[in-house]
Amino acid sequence: MTILNQIINGIQIGSIYALVALGYTMVYGIVKLINFAHGEIIMVGSYFTWYTMSRLGAPAWAAVLGAVVFCAVLGMVIEKVAYKPLRNYARISLLITAIGVSFFLQNAVQLIFKATPRMFQNIFPGSLKLGGMVFSMSAVVTIVVSVILMIGLSLLVKNTKIGKAMRAVSEDKDTAQLMGINVDHTISFTFGLGSGLAAIAAVLYCSSFYQIEPTMGSMLGLKAFVAAVLGGIGSISGAVLGGFVIGIAESLTKGYISSALADAIVFGILIVVLIIKPSGILGRPENEKV
Amino acid sequence: MLKVDDINVYYGSIHAIQSVSFEIKEGEIVTLIGANGAGKSTILRTISGLLRSKTGEINFLDKNISVVEPDKIVKMGIAHVPEGRRVFKQFTVEENLEMGAYIHKSKSDIKEDIGKIYRRFPRLKERRRQTAGTLSGGEQQMLAIGRALMSRPKLLMLDEPSMGLAPMLVQQIFDIIKELNQSGTTILLVEQNARMALTIADRGYVLETGRMKLAATARELLADDSVKKSYLGG
Ligand SMILES: Nc1ncnc2c1ncn2[C@@H]1O[C@H](COP(=O)(O)OP(=O)(O)OP(=O)(O)O)[C@@H](O)[C@H]1O
Ligand SMILES: [Mg+2]
Repeated sequence: MTILNQIINGIQIGSIYALVALGYTMVYGIVKLINFAHGEIIMVGSYFTWYTMSRLGAPAWAAVLGAVVFCAVLGMVIEKVAYKPLRNYARISLLITAIGVSFFLQNAVQLIFKATPRMFQNIFPGSLKLGGMVFSMSAVVTIVVSVILMIGLSLLVKNTKIGKAMRAVSEDKDTAQLMGINVDHTISFTFGLGSGLAAIAAVLYCSSFYQIEPTMGSMLGLKAFVAAVLGGIGSISGAVLGGFVIGIAESLTKGYISSALADAIVFGILIVVLIIKPSGILGRPENEKV
Repeated sequence: MLKVDDINVYYGSIHAIQSVSFEIKEGEIVTLIGANGAGKSTILRTISGLLRSKTGEINFLDKNISVVEPDKIVKMGIAHVPEGRRVFKQFTVEENLEMGAYIHKSKSDIKEDIGKIYRRFPRLKERRRQTAGTLSGGEQQMLAIGRALMSRPKLLMLDEPSMGLAPMLVQQIFDIIKELNQSGTTILLVEQNARMALTIADRGYVLETGRMKLAATARELLADDSVKKSYLGG
């Protein structure tokens, strides 16, 4: 493989990390919670897509749409049932609950679908020739869809009423309420949005890795979380940048050093960046956040 | 217009507001004065629905709002300029004003209202594209007031609008409050600067460690010996 291929691979997996990292970062921005159950949403989205396509014979578009809606609702339900009652308590109880939710989802899926990995059919078969180079269709779709979603999300957050409400609630919950913003709805929307993006990330992931299992969300979620922290948690552009950095670093390590070292390098980058700039590449120092 | 009846507010085990009652009639300027920690902000936050009273009722325009959500209370016509201004620092001046009109739908009305705010506070117009975090304290206070007005409130509550401002600016802010009142907005003004507040107010209440100590017309309070001694510098 050429270095360009490796970079394209890195951008492909990086855009998946970025989509997932957006969920971590938006939720952190608004409720200051590291939502450890977020990785599990990818897993649930993958199983949903797999089940509706392979078992129910649904067309890909319907499976994807269904996964997005299902995961968005799941994210909102988790927030309502597990996190909202703890909103005014110490943050550590919220964090522990998130870990609990994560185990719950893993075990629930394992109970329903067994622990054995399931094979995923190729959703985007074929390839694309461009300027003498061949790209897999799944890479092209992944990158294009992700970039569109990222642009869409940043426009939504910057310009729409709900986006402005999200930013206002992140900055100052009480004052946002004094503007007439319903904080519960805004938080709920944020969880739904993040989880919907994770569902799309799930489908894109499955389109090139073909295999799913109940524990798949942990490592994927962890990498995306690293991406969010690397870019500066709470920052949307940071999550995107972090996702690409992690994806490309991982791909280049796999290609030129060793596959076994890829994860070590990813966490190594995180540690180095946090030593140099604790708030992440694009993050604001903690005291400026509020 | 607003009737607060026997509220008791707690922070955990701290009994911050103890059986407080008072009322505001339409068109009035009413001031709530008291030392640091007396519970003034707590009362405003309870009226806004950010805190809840364990007992009693708060009625606004003959509706019990003591269990109504904060965002609905804004829609009913109460705006609250919080202590310390609390402008959205990462939003521009104009975006802050737009946030103040969050409950309104009509783009053209919002635009018109922003125009009115700019006429009242020309300084804000000059700084409209600047992020609010870069404004001076006085400018932030104007923005916080302008933002509250954007909801077109019937009752405007201001929590220490003069805090940290130079005397000239304080005078300007009080002039504006008076003008707002004359154009039909009822005002609940919380102040440590009791003399200034009592000069523009119709009536006043004196709060002491969570209890209502005195209630009288502003003129009477200005002449009261105990008020003079404790709040007007002798
Ligand atoms: N979040 C909180 N947690 C615990 N106690 C609080 C909290 N906020 C206020 N208090 C306490 O409640 C009491 C009333 O506080 P409040 O802020 O209402 O006073 P205030 O009259 O507005 O004072 P200031 O003039 O300093 O603004 C004080 O004793 C204060 O220490
Ligand atoms: Mg106060």
